[in-house]
Amino acid sequence: MSRWLAHLIVATLFAGGIALAFSRVDYEWNWAAVWDYRQRFFQGWLVTVAISLAALVTSTLVGSLAAVMLRSGNALLEAAARIYVEVIRGTPLLVQLLIGFYVVATAVGLGNRYVAGVLLLSLFSGAYMAEIFRGGLDAIPKAQLDSARAIGLTGRQSLWLVVLPQAVRLVLPAVAGQLVSLVKDSSLLSVIAISEFTLAAQEVNSFTYSTLESYLPLAVGYLLLTLPLSALARWLEHHFRYETA
Amino acid sequence: MNLVVTDLVQRFPVRADRGRPAGTATVLDRLSFKTGEIGALVLVGPSGGGKSTLLRILAGLDLPTAGTVSFDGEALPRDEEALRRYRRTVGTVFQAYNLFPHLTAMDNLLLPLVHVHGLSDRDARERVREPLERFRLAEHAHKRPAELSGGQKQRIAILRALVVRPRRLFFDEPTSALDPEMRAEVLEMIGEVRAEGAQFVLVTHEMAFARRVADEIAFIADGTVLAAGSAKEFFEQPTEPRVRSFLQLTMAT
Repeated sequence: MSRWLAHLIVATLFAGGIALAFSRVDYEWNWAAVWDYRQRFFQGWLVTVAISLAALVTSTLVGSLAAVMLRSGNALLEAAARIYVEVIRGTPLLVQLLIGFYVVATAVGLGNRYVAGVLLLSLFSGAYMAEIFRGGLDAIPKAQLDSARAIGLTGRQSLWLVVLPQAVRLVLPAVAGQLVSLVKDSSLLSVIAISEFTLAAQEVNSFTYSTLESYLPLAVGYLLLTLPLSALARWLEHHFRYETA
Repeated sequence: MNLVVTDLVQRFPVRADRGRPAGTATVLDRLSFKTGEIGALVLVGPSGGGKSTLLRILAGLDLPTAGTVSFDGEALPRDEEALRRYRRTVGTVFQAYNLFPHLTAMDNLLLPLVHVHGLSDRDARERVREPLERFRLAEHAHKRPAELSGGQKQRIAILRALVVRPRRLFFDEPTSALDPEMRAEVLEMIGEVRAEGAQFVLVTHEMAFARRVADEIAFIADGTVLAAGSAKEFFEQPTEPRVRSFLQLTMAT
């Protein structure tokens, strides 16, 4: 059976199941009320796209920096990075956003909630990225570094020519998964009143009292972002593929 | 080449493990010997005796805890930057995982020429073309390491060390990770390299091969040299009892 056909069959069954579930709920659909707010949805979706893209770049930078610190050999830097990673991964994003925005950002005079939002989201996602990157670097066998030194490469050259090309391929699937999470996690930014996609749906719901009609487009809107990201990751993974020897 | 090793000591920190306290392991213990003006030195001896540790120091990969090494009257430097410059003038082949798996055999060969020795891509390709033919590896140049046999990988690794025109080569058990039939092709290549005049230090357990290529042999056990000198004497009139029993065990075929 072709992979396309398999996907089609499963998707159809899944959609059928969902449709059946909806049909058994006694619910008055009112798409017209929600349709009036389509501009609001679209603007929110664009904000989510922009925030996700910005956080995607910043969280990769934050994660790289923390991963380098974790492996620096300097006790102070390692401790700082380790505590950062564990605190972020061990606490809810909701709490981080509320404290980060209303306490920390206010204290340092960072009033722009979009900038603060991107930074907080990047700090959150960066902690996961750091662990992914560290794992990728650790997975390169020590013998590869010996070979790099034996042919006379400098430390920097062996990082760029030997370690990173191999590590990138190793971490790609995990990074892609993390980026998909990042896009969805941006929905929590609604709690600091950033008018992104989720806040748009919440507002439309409160105006129209059409809960499902407000939230179903939300699911579709996020899938429009996350599915291409997953597809891109699979393509990159294939592109960078080689058997390990 | 002419090698003088004086009072070489190598200690490694050891972590505490299962009741054994942390401390240091002395792998080389005031090891000293010198060679005459020779082409091939082979280091033999029991596993864990310190052969590979010595070779890594000779190749400029590790700094010894104490002691000195000099090749042709030139002492090995003691700082990493100078050691790196030294490593550029020699070639080293390890037991396994020499090649970079994300690069083709060709790109593995080109990498040191282009990035360490400053050749243009064109000059580097020109440099490797003839040796690839001569060692019958040209048809494999486009393959990634995973597509090569263990023997082919080692031969490409030897070629990579060779094409930078090193002053001497270091082989650290280059056939130990290979199946018997692949050992032969790698040993044959090392023999050819020797016949062309390349100088090397080789660590090996292949005693018959050692006998064939070595000008001098050093027998290393428990971190010191128990016997050193001409290969002929070493194999024909071993005086040291441990060398005698080692030879009886390893040559008994």
